[in-house]
Amino acid sequence: MRYSLLNLLVQGFKGHKGWPVAWRACEPKSRYDAVIIGGGGHGLATAYYLAKQHGVTRIAVLEKGWIGGGNTGRNTTMVRSDYMFPESAAIYDLGLRLYEGLAKEINFNIMLSQRGWMTLIHDQHQMETAHHKINWMHCHGIDGEFVDRQTVKRMLPHLSIDGNPRFPVLGAFLQKRGGTVRHDAVAWGYARAADRLGVDIIENCEVLGFERQGDGISAINTSRGRIKTDTIGVAVAGHSSRIAEMARFQLPVTSHCLQAMVSEPIKPTLDHAVISPETGVYINQTQKGEIVMGGVLDLYHSYAQRGTYPTIEKVIAGTVEMFPAFANLRLMRHWAGIVDIVPDSSPILGATPVPNMYINCGWGTGGFKAVPAGGFLLAHAMATGKTHPMAERFGLERFVTNRLVDEGAAAGIAH
Amino acid sequence: MIVIRCPYCDELRHEEELEYGGEADIVRPAPPESISDEEWASYLYMRTNTKGHHHEQWCCRAGCSQWFKVVRDTVSHEIHQIMRLDGTLARPEEA
Repeated sequence: MRYSLLNLLVQGFKGHKGWPVAWRACEPKSRYDAVIIGGGGHGLATAYYLAKQHGVTRIAVLEKGWIGGGNTGRNTTMVRSDYMFPESAAIYDLGLRLYEGLAKEINFNIMLSQRGWMTLIHDQHQMETAHHKINWMHCHGIDGEFVDRQTVKRMLPHLSIDGNPRFPVLGAFLQKRGGTVRHDAVAWGYARAADRLGVDIIENCEVLGFERQGDGISAINTSRGRIKTDTIGVAVAGHSSRIAEMARFQLPVTSHCLQAMVSEPIKPTLDHAVISPETGVYINQTQKGEIVMGGVLDLYHSYAQRGTYPTIEKVIAGTVEMFPAFANLRLMRHWAGIVDIVPDSSPILGATPVPNMYINCGWGTGGFKAVPAGGFLLAHAMATGKTHPMAERFGLERFVTNRLVDEGAAAGIAH
Repeated sequence: MIVIRCPYCDELRHEEELEYGGEADIVRPAPPESISDEEWASYLYMRTNTKGHHHEQWCCRAGCSQWFKVVRDTVSHEIHQIMRLDGTLARPEEA
């Protein structure tokens, strides 16, 4: 059933009892043309584009937990494309452009709110870096601008800007197309759209191992039985090394815990998504009114999907330093996801040492904003057997040739 | 929160006082002129990224500044073993 005003009215008169399920609960079949491991945003988007753009019909998505239970439901919902190197700018802007048309395309309101992404500038060095990045972005045809201190003051009236000798605000970098997306809606929307194209979404289905035939993989052993397949796509973020280990290769990935938290809801006070490189805090207000806050990742290797007090303390301290009025808010929820950190802070896309297995990982702390792009590019690799031209610089072989895409240094990613 | 007793100064340190040094026992391949690009990439970048008992190095940064080795469960953060760099166990009854 299409989601429309008419159907909303009709269902309203029927007491909302006639809505069909958004996606079927599937029993795994014994064989699929393509299997995607990981039912997060990237995996579901892969399934959707594989069916929609490439006409592959027998597709399964295997999810260890439940749809929306992993990193797709554990981020701070912010989207942007302010990257510096041409190859990174291209893929992150592809992600943002696909998000811009997604609600209409998949008939699911993802609540994209392009309220502007602001990076505060606290010193002369950051000022120069911001202008440098803006020039690069303009060369790539991506929007980004500098706003002065007075404008920042007007845009963020609650920001401590006058009385803050420790982190003075000289201005900000602003990407107007940046903002937030309802994260669960991305998972649910892609799941529903893929399901409507015939994709089997199999939840509570953990991959336990692979059966080999020659160099390739012929079947996947799962907690819900054996599944034969021709092509495998892997989109499991922090658990990529586990899947790689089962497929007998190694990845330059380490898994870390990234935490975020949310306050009780209040009336609209914060109109933009804001990051301060000095406090390390990024913050926005949800459409429900809660203040969402995130900070740096835990620097040690971890698979624990839960938070720690030192990080909560750092994030809260940074938030209160930026917005003293928020000191009175109570914390409502707090969560953590396991992210896949790569030495050059760029994703790993395309082929693996196993001929019929393709990978999409290494987005690290910024995977959510790239969900549509990651899915689009992995679907291309799985359908054609070739890496998409946009993903060519992001292959696993770059760690051997040492041609890294060091966005950690270029775009000043905090982590 | 991770709390580890330093095997050198014998003080309990929590994660804010410690520095993480990644996977332990990664040995630089030699000699450099005869190793392949693959071996070099493996040394520089490839990690076991273990889920479970992980052998890793920590530094008593806010204390005696000594590096030491730890076996930690990366899911529960339980510390199973603490070793000095020469491999001798430190207070195994407490670890």
